[in-house]
Amino acid sequence: MKTLFFGILFLAISTQFSAQETHTENVKHLPSVKLKDMEGNDINTAELGVKGPIIFSFWATWCAPCKRELNTIHEVYQDWVEETGVTLVAVSIDDEKTKNSVPVYVNGKAWDYMVLMDSNADFKRAMGVNNVPHTFLVDTEGNIVYSHNSYSPGDEDLLHQELLKLVKKSN
Amino acid sequence: MTIKKISLLIFSTAISFYDFSQNNDLNITGNIESQFQYLNEDTLIGANEPAEKALLNSYMNVFITKGNFKAGARFESYLPRIQGYPNRFDGTGIGMRYIGYENKFVDVTIGSFYEQFGSGIALRAYEDRALGYDNLLDGFRLKLNLYKGITLKGVYGKQRLSFQNGQIVHAEGIVRGFDTEFPLNEFIGFLKNKKLNIVLGTSLVSKYQADDNETFILPENVGLYGGRVKLRYGKFTLDGEYVMKDNDPSADNVYIYNPGHAAIANFGYTKKGFGLLISAKSVDNMSFRSDRTKALQDVFINYLPAMNKTHSYNLVASLYPYATQPLGEVAFQAEIVYTLPKEKNWGKKLGGKYGTSINANISNAYRPMQHKTTQYEVDSNRVTYSAKPFDLSDSLYWRDINVSITRKMNKKLNFILSYYNISINNDVAKITGDAKGIIHSNIAILETGYKFNAKHSIRTELQTLFTEKDKGNWATAVVEYNFGSHLFLGIMDQYNYGNPNEKLQIHYIIGTVGYVKESTRLTFSYGRQRAGLFCVGGVCRFVPASNGLTFSFTQSF
Repeated sequence: MKTLFFGILFLAISTQFSAQETHTENVKHLPSVKLKDMEGNDINTAELGVKGPIIFSFWATWCAPCKRELNTIHEVYQDWVEETGVTLVAVSIDDEKTKNSVPVYVNGKAWDYMVLMDSNADFKRAMGVNNVPHTFLVDTEGNIVYSHNSYSPGDEDLLHQELLKLVKKSN
Repeated sequence: MTIKKISLLIFSTAISFYDFSQNNDLNITGNIESQFQYLNEDTLIGANEPAEKALLNSYMNVFITKGNFKAGARFESYLPRIQGYPNRFDGTGIGMRYIGYENKFVDVTIGSFYEQFGSGIALRAYEDRALGYDNLLDGFRLKLNLYKGITLKGVYGKQRLSFQNGQIVHAEGIVRGFDTEFPLNEFIGFLKNKKLNIVLGTSLVSKYQADDNETFILPENVGLYGGRVKLRYGKFTLDGEYVMKDNDPSADNVYIYNPGHAAIANFGYTKKGFGLLISAKSVDNMSFRSDRTKALQDVFINYLPAMNKTHSYNLVASLYPYATQPLGEVAFQAEIVYTLPKEKNWGKKLGGKYGTSINANISNAYRPMQHKTTQYEVDSNRVTYSAKPFDLSDSLYWRDINVSITRKMNKKLNFILSYYNISINNDVAKITGDAKGIIHSNIAILETGYKFNAKHSIRTELQTLFTEKDKGNWATAVVEYNFGSHLFLGIMDQYNYGNPNEKLQIHYIIGTVGYVKESTRLTFSYGRQRAGLFCVGGVCRFVPASNGLTFSFTQSF
């Protein structure tokens, strides 16, 4: 067990160095996990085929603050898209019990988001999400530049500011 | 294989990858969670003070990828475990670890992994940290992406049963599984680009456990097999899965030799502003564990999802929740979500400026018909009855009828009004020792949100539950105040004013302060927590009553 500990310690240290060599900032990369969309098509999280920045928002049909966050952003989402070219990917961590309610809720609320189904929490684990809601902002290179756990009213404005900052930087 | 050997392997592979594939970035992600409790004795609510007084659960996940290589581990620590966790969890050590290789065609994992076949009724290895639920498979997994979307999966392993002295304890049995999926439209010429989309799948799972029973000759290898189909035509979807299980005498079914089955079907229709779902499920003798002597939530190989809505309000979610009866049930569910259009309808703006949406849901579960096959209690083969899919009796296990209306009045104010009518058969799905038969309850909830400005907002919940059985009526009030996006204060009072025992008509008050900064979250709460079932996604654990301080810390990286 000690060996494993040192192994991981070594890896962690070596990443620090390699990350500093390859990036100007010490940021983490978007993991590649194979998920399904609501239609059942295979989608790789690292190859979404969208232009512009991406917001990943982890949610579930049973999570009240998640729905509050996504319903609030829904009201301004079209403005954000026009302004920044952003795509919001709502990653549902609903498992088999409630998974089938996801399209009902998403369409019932008329959301325009891309929705991915993470029914066995593979992407949730890979992204280090402890609890939902958890929101990540990813630049066009796949670097995670901002993340926020939990939601309280007003957090959407912070996310919007970070998004504008990111778009400004890359222009 | 010992942990030492595996860790050496991870270590050496990691180094070799580090040395030779400099062009691929090394990526590390993960998370940390720690929960600390300091508990007092409170005889009124039955809360005990543990001998250690203070309890601490911690864990950290680390996932490493570099090019096609991946590795990961979870360190866990229980010093000792917090209340409600499986009482055999103790020590500090590695609770999950794997290495793997993945490219476009293959995905190999050696060590621990989580997996799901189809809808999970054949196989699901799953974890939920909050519940202490973890039935990971330890062994070997191979996934192949063969040709035009055809995928094959093979798994072979032993399940995690427990975590003792800082080490994984495996279940006795070995689990073997094989799953295929065929997206027909990808490779059948005339289906290409058609509106009708068809995906087929098959699963085969088998477990081995030595026969150590003195009374019966038990099957050592038990098989489960099934298929699934998923159809989509425009806005309509229809999917179904059916699995059969060989005779599998176990402590759950009192060592009968009946076969088992599970079937699930879902029909959906959605368009912008409207969603409809109708589901049906039939289960008979489907407890399938990699140790036939185990009970509760231990080492389930498959998952039988309860067919009902997962509620989030305190009184609805924690007093009378329902989980699937693995020995048998027939269940149905229907759900509608409709958003009233914002524009004029029948001369009136029904939806208001910001829209109004309605969510209605009905679910029920019944005991299946079990037809006697013999005049004796069991026949000569120890088969006790025959059962057919969706053959139900009129004995109710569960019913939930609920409606919720969400309306945003203006930029500052919004309401959610909900009503629930829940009936649960406490003789079958036992959740309380204080009642017999079916417990009927009516619950009404009003949630209000008000945003003062960009930084300050308040949210309140008023909940009331009426029942003539069990502990009688309850009322709950929740107030939550947010200062900016970093700090929040919350207070909740659950008042059991209708308890037939006047001494127990008490307030369970709990206060919480939370601090959130990006991916870090700290919360302190202090107060009384009543005993109850804590459920996530239909998996529940019993949490005893407590009185004291809880501190929790989470971090993602």
